[in-house]
Amino acid sequence: MSENALIINAEKCVGCQACVKVCPFGALSMQGSLAVVNDACTFCGACPDSCKFGAITLRKEEKKAAADLSAYKGVWVFGEQIDGVIQGVVHELIGKGRELADTLGVPLTVLVLGHDMDAAVKELLEYPVDEVIQVDDPALKHYASEPYAQVVADLIDKKKPEIFLAGATAIGRSFLARVAVLVHTGLTADCTGLDITPERLLLQTRPAFGGNIMASILCVNNRPQMATVRHKVMKAAEKDGGRNGSVVKMNAEGKLLRSRTKRLDWLPEITDTVNLVDADIIVSGGRGMQKPENFVLIEKLAKLLGAAVGSSRAAVDAGWMPYSHQVGQTGKTVQPKLYIACGISGAVQHLVGMSSADTIIAINKDKDAPIFSVATYGVVGDLFEVVPAMIRELGGEA
Amino acid sequence: MNIVVCIKQVPDTTDVRIDPVTNTLVRQGVESIINPFDAYAIEEGVRIKERLGSGKVIIVTMGPPQAEKALREAISLGADEAVLLCSRAFAGGDTWATSLTLSQAMKKINPDVVLAGKQAIDGDTAQVGPGISCHLDWPQACYVSKIREIEKGRAVVECLMETGKEVLEVELPAVLTVVKEINEPRLPSLKGKMRAKKAEITVWSEADIEADPEKVGLKGSPTAVNRTFSPPRRTGGEIIQAETAGEAGKILVGKIKELQIG
Repeated sequence: MSENALIINAEKCVGCQACVKVCPFGALSMQGSLAVVNDACTFCGACPDSCKFGAITLRKEEKKAAADLSAYKGVWVFGEQIDGVIQGVVHELIGKGRELADTLGVPLTVLVLGHDMDAAVKELLEYPVDEVIQVDDPALKHYASEPYAQVVADLIDKKKPEIFLAGATAIGRSFLARVAVLVHTGLTADCTGLDITPERLLLQTRPAFGGNIMASILCVNNRPQMATVRHKVMKAAEKDGGRNGSVVKMNAEGKLLRSRTKRLDWLPEITDTVNLVDADIIVSGGRGMQKPENFVLIEKLAKLLGAAVGSSRAAVDAGWMPYSHQVGQTGKTVQPKLYIACGISGAVQHLVGMSSADTIIAINKDKDAPIFSVATYGVVGDLFEVVPAMIRELGGEA
Repeated sequence: MNIVVCIKQVPDTTDVRIDPVTNTLVRQGVESIINPFDAYAIEEGVRIKERLGSGKVIIVTMGPPQAEKALREAISLGADEAVLLCSRAFAGGDTWATSLTLSQAMKKINPDVVLAGKQAIDGDTAQVGPGISCHLDWPQACYVSKIREIEKGRAVVECLMETGKEVLEVELPAVLTVVKEINEPRLPSLKGKMRAKKAEITVWSEADIEADPEKVGLKGSPTAVNRTFSPPRRTGGEIIQAETAGEAGKILVGKIKELQIG
């Protein structure tokens, strides 16, 4: 037998429903006093552990001896650039990638696609990397999904890295899904943890259901093992003088550069403060701000702290703040070092977007607001008094 | 112009509670809804049809028989037809296998454009839209916040990136994934609800879409869930007690300085 199967022993099952409660996929239900499994089962293994009566066994398919994977060696990270600037997440990928490469005893390569990137590429060699592959072409100056995916897939076919990491950014997420299809391998989105198993596999841990469940994912029979990695989670590598690494300059074949999208214009978002996903500190305002003019307070505090300005969905829907500032389920997921929530009650949809921040400060009039259940420090009080006091304390004018 | 909107039925997270004993998601009694991002895609599809005054909006989802409810709801919101990709063979698919399955359905329907939400709120991958596009060898535009122009064979869209918006001209057919900013979805009309009740839902299996059973579902998935677990729970911390709001503000600034960020 080679099929996966979840077997429930009717004699041992006492109908306690423990398995029904732990199933993250809603695949178990009760038929009378017997647990039954349906098609939603992904054989994740959560329920056998939960059963105190040993009534559930999981039979995993014996994976066929895979195609020869030993040809795949090395860890690659994608050196995302915007307007020629290597993005912050790349240094975090180098930090994690170095660790994985050392565990496996293989080299670490950074792959940069762009045009006229010599200086930035040279600077990458001051970080702990063994090699930078630079593909230079005017057609790669700005991100474009098709050429980026085609060039990267072609290099993977030729050079066969065993692991490929990119930032879980708008760019990383949208073109890596194409690469995974082209080279026929697995891709795990938005990872917050990466480790090597004793079998030398990449164990990819990621949040699902808005962070309520963590899942660890393996890609056993396909290579490379690919993942996008959440920004601000991994520790960034520091410049350490490098590894006497080399730059391999390559050109892309014309047919790989085919694109059926054309960039007509770029509309930068004009803002005084830092970009939300890059920020170490975020100051957010919600319904409690009462009117759009009051966001000036949030902006002042943010500026003094070197922070970005965020917003709850309520303030965006009311038209007080642009959508690009929205934190939460239908906005952005952020993981800053400090998150300051002002006048935000803390609906589940907001909490899933920010509750993995290292430290959370909440200021709210309502002592029962759910935001206090996740806050490291809370102040029950009027934000229009507390925030100005903070601004003055930081040397600003409220 | 024929428009396909790909949707997913997901658990409503406003209903989601955490079991205090097992520390996991309670899914019993949780209502299923249309993935919120897909609701914007449905609305945009209906608006394009209304603007052009011709064509139809076809909703496609892959899921268990219960997903029919989401399809009927989409019809009540103005869609014309609905297709359910339903088979034991599709179950447990990762984003590679799921996007292949959906792309096979697109080959059968042959639409002018495919819309979808940027991601689903349960899996949060944002990989299925671009995956469908690549399986079909089509172009794509992700995180679309505005469709400026659309006609047969061509669209001009704005894509929301981290630091601004990129304006793209895209050859059609293509897959466009949309963000919340694109529109404000309407409520179902009474007429729509009546239509939804009577609508016939087309159900296709792997044979109907000529999908290789080895390449769909769990079997066709390069990735596998190794283990699931609950993250450490966050608990409330210290409530700062101060005589005045001004003093509370001072204490907070002190706490922030202690963190030594940056």
